[in-house]
Amino acid sequence: MQVKERIRRISVRYDLKRKWYRFSKSHLSMVGLVIALASILLAIAAPYVAPYPGHAGLTLNFKEKFLPPGLKYILGTDEMGRDVLSRTIFGFQYSLTMAAVVLGLVIPPGVVLGLIAGYYRGTWVDTLIMRISDIFIAVPPLVLALSIAAVLEPSVFNAMMAVSLMWWPWYTRLTYNTASALRNEYFVQAGEVTGASSFHLIFGEILPNCLGPILTKITLDVGWVILLGAALSFVGLGAQPPTPDLGTMVSTGANYMPDYWWISIFPAVAICLIILGFNLLGDGIRDMFVEEAR
Amino acid sequence: MELLLDVRDLCVNYKTYMGELKVLNGVGFSVHKGEKIGIIGESGSGKTTTMRAILRILATNAVIKRGEVHFIGNNVLKMDKKKLTEMRRRHVTMIFQDPTAALNPVFKVGELLADVVKYSHSFNAEKTTKQKLREISIDVLKEVALPDPQRVLDSYPFQLSGGMRQRVCIAMSLATARDLLIADEPTTNLDVTIQDQVLRLMKNLVEKKNLSVILISHALGTVRGTVDTVYAMYAGNMIETAPTEELFSNPLHPYTQGLLKSVPKLTGAGFSEGIEGRIPNYIDPPTGCRFNPRCDRALDICMKEKPQLLGVEDDKHKVACWLYSKR
Amino acid sequence: MRLSTYILKRSAFVVFSLIGLSILVFVMARVLPGDPARMMAGPRASQEVVEQLRKAMKLDRPLYEQYFYWVVNLLHGDLGYSLVTRRSITADVLEYLPTSLELIFLAAIFEIFGAFILGVIAGRYSYKWPDNVVRIFSYVGISIPAFVTAIILQLVLAWTFKVFPTSGMLSSTITKPPTVTGMLTLDSLIAGRLDAFADSMWHMILPAAALCMGGLLQDARIIRSGMVENKDKDYILMATSQGLPDRSVMFKYLLKPSVIPAVTVMGLDIAALLGNAFLVERVFNWPGFSQLGITVMMNKDLNAIVALVLVIGIIYAIANIAVDIIVAYLDPRIRLMERGE
Repeated sequence: MQVKERIRRISVRYDLKRKWYRFSKSHLSMVGLVIALASILLAIAAPYVAPYPGHAGLTLNFKEKFLPPGLKYILGTDEMGRDVLSRTIFGFQYSLTMAAVVLGLVIPPGVVLGLIAGYYRGTWVDTLIMRISDIFIAVPPLVLALSIAAVLEPSVFNAMMAVSLMWWPWYTRLTYNTASALRNEYFVQAGEVTGASSFHLIFGEILPNCLGPILTKITLDVGWVILLGAALSFVGLGAQPPTPDLGTMVSTGANYMPDYWWISIFPAVAICLIILGFNLLGDGIRDMFVEEAR
Repeated sequence: MELLLDVRDLCVNYKTYMGELKVLNGVGFSVHKGEKIGIIGESGSGKTTTMRAILRILATNAVIKRGEVHFIGNNVLKMDKKKLTEMRRRHVTMIFQDPTAALNPVFKVGELLADVVKYSHSFNAEKTTKQKLREISIDVLKEVALPDPQRVLDSYPFQLSGGMRQRVCIAMSLATARDLLIADEPTTNLDVTIQDQVLRLMKNLVEKKNLSVILISHALGTVRGTVDTVYAMYAGNMIETAPTEELFSNPLHPYTQGLLKSVPKLTGAGFSEGIEGRIPNYIDPPTGCRFNPRCDRALDICMKEKPQLLGVEDDKHKVACWLYSKR
Repeated sequence: MRLSTYILKRSAFVVFSLIGLSILVFVMARVLPGDPARMMAGPRASQEVVEQLRKAMKLDRPLYEQYFYWVVNLLHGDLGYSLVTRRSITADVLEYLPTSLELIFLAAIFEIFGAFILGVIAGRYSYKWPDNVVRIFSYVGISIPAFVTAIILQLVLAWTFKVFPTSGMLSSTITKPPTVTGMLTLDSLIAGRLDAFADSMWHMILPAAALCMGGLLQDARIIRSGMVENKDKDYILMATSQGLPDRSVMFKYLLKPSVIPAVTVMGLDIAALLGNAFLVERVFNWPGFSQLGITVMMNKDLNAIVALVLVIGIIYAIANIAVDIIVAYLDPRIRLMERGE
């Protein structure tokens, strides 16, 4: 089978079997993997899993507002009488979608720029690209995200744009560090000497060796992007009510502390869980790429 | 001759994720006062582990299963902290294989040396001044033929060349050693041109201070010109010992024979031979004599019982091999 | 290169970044979709009002002219005029920023000491229970966003167990000392008012703790890893083999190389503190730059937004230089090796 043969070749080339072995030995990494996968599944299946999917949108149920966790509404209801559990589940969907979109937007250009800067290291290309990214890195991420979002209309889309706009330089910098170090390695020079094109060298030789740190960063970033999104919503600049975004829920719920604590706490726990899962996963992935010494 | 160091039946394991590595399998040897012994063997045979056990600086995941290490009558493995510290400061010292790794990268050489000098010299550690320590440090560096000792003291290790770093390490050891010097592959990591220099330096200093030496190397040539007695080690056991020339001209153990044959010779026959196989898996080592899977003359008993290191004709040349025991 | 050269180089680089940043934010504020004049005036204001506003915001001039005016003002210490608070932004900043800085300083102190102590304990007793406790906490702690920690701390220690106050800077029963620096704690000390000092500290502990928690646990873990990894390194074994006292080996020779990676991370930690302060202040109603920032952002006060970002950028840059200096002091390899060595 063509496909089977391809899969086999890729797993040999990238040494996947041994990497998986290393990964699976760490209990924490496996826990992270489980949590991350569960979150993703939950996000995809949200409309089918949530007991009251309608509550995720514009629902007014004042008769049942502020109900503590109980049988009918397992995690209680919020100030509009909406089921906290359902909204939290949809919150997963929102947050993970946002993470996926942002990272999808940010990674390709970020990584490519980093590769190019690394390959043409020492030239004006390098200086130009890296100086521009340094500008973005000069300000704390949250502050920058907030200011960009502030200039735009508050909405989920704009929040995603804001985060994307300030996030790409981190990937450029990371890729640049690895790529520029590899640039003068023998295997690259060997390629040059035998007449390989720059394109092939950058994407065929250098890129595969950068994958380790990049993949690790991606998993850790899922947590960070969600955090940033939650922070933006917390401040009112991201998702607007009634969108069931986890950050917004924590923020509005905070107004009702401590009496109706469940409105804020459960979405907060959800945020923490997602971040924890992806962080553990990220650690595991990083360990996968560590060279075995002795 | 007075017995300085006596190691008996030393067994050390390392705990790892994949299981317990049973590295040292009953190591035994001795060093007399004024004696220079060499230990040869492949990488991974347990030479470094043995030396570290003597000074009790094994890694955190090491476990001493059994055995005794007697230094001038005291069992090092059971010593209290005070005695152990005294032994380390005054009597026994070690030169490490990689001088770059052996020097703390974020401290100046002067600081490292001052501390060593401070704690090892015979005066009261409290009452010394920085000035005095510096003077002594400079003297010590001069002894190892380092040009411009002042500059060296003010440098960081990475600013010195490999040869210079090893000289610094040698200087530090000589500040502490009075009786026994353990040199763990001291020249292996250096350029070939420097190796000879450093080795000769060491020899001179050993003569001058009348130290006993344990020299570890897998370079047979280095050992041959330097020591009186040689021990050959394989997979955690001493398998043969004899006075240097005797061992090199008349090796008895199949492993030693193979080892000596694998040294390429400039004259005579073409390619050298190697020894079939590799060092054993320490998690599940072979029973009996650990060399038996690779031995072309293995007997039945070799797989069942471990042979002891016993004298063959005289007491000086001993082998641990069933081919020579009366069984 | 020498330490002073290193510092100069870094500073020059930072100034350059800040200039670039100012241009960037400036351009963004003027160029991105949305009419700031309209946004500020609101959807129901008439077109004339919007036009008037646009003139007042100087949005009708060409971009480079706007930037030029802005820079000139900046160099005079004038950050511009806030259309929201109706006074100079500099005054706004001077009023709100010190209170945030106060909080951030305390959080930084907590973080440094806390990480150190926890990291060393975990490293010393590695794989035994203190280490495991620290490691579990650090995994969890890194995953909890600062504002969540803030909410939880507030819920548990302020609302439920009433150990700390739930919000604000000063109890209502205590009179405020005269403003000198804008930082309540310092002002109290200057005025000799120990009661105000104690009270304001007591109000600061919870928010500062929430701010620094994530970074604290992360740094502790880095220190711990460093110690465990370096424990078996040759240079440590050699020090032990030379008979140096355990105390010396541990606290001098082991600690220094183990701490350096954590210090290197501190630059990012400071970024986290600056950013998280924004959120944590909301939870505790702390009148710092978050209050100013939110008002300004909600009202699309572009001048103020740009000024605020720049001020924070400058603070961050200074802090980063300070961290770099400390790292260069601790690790000689950084300042003495040229790039590419």
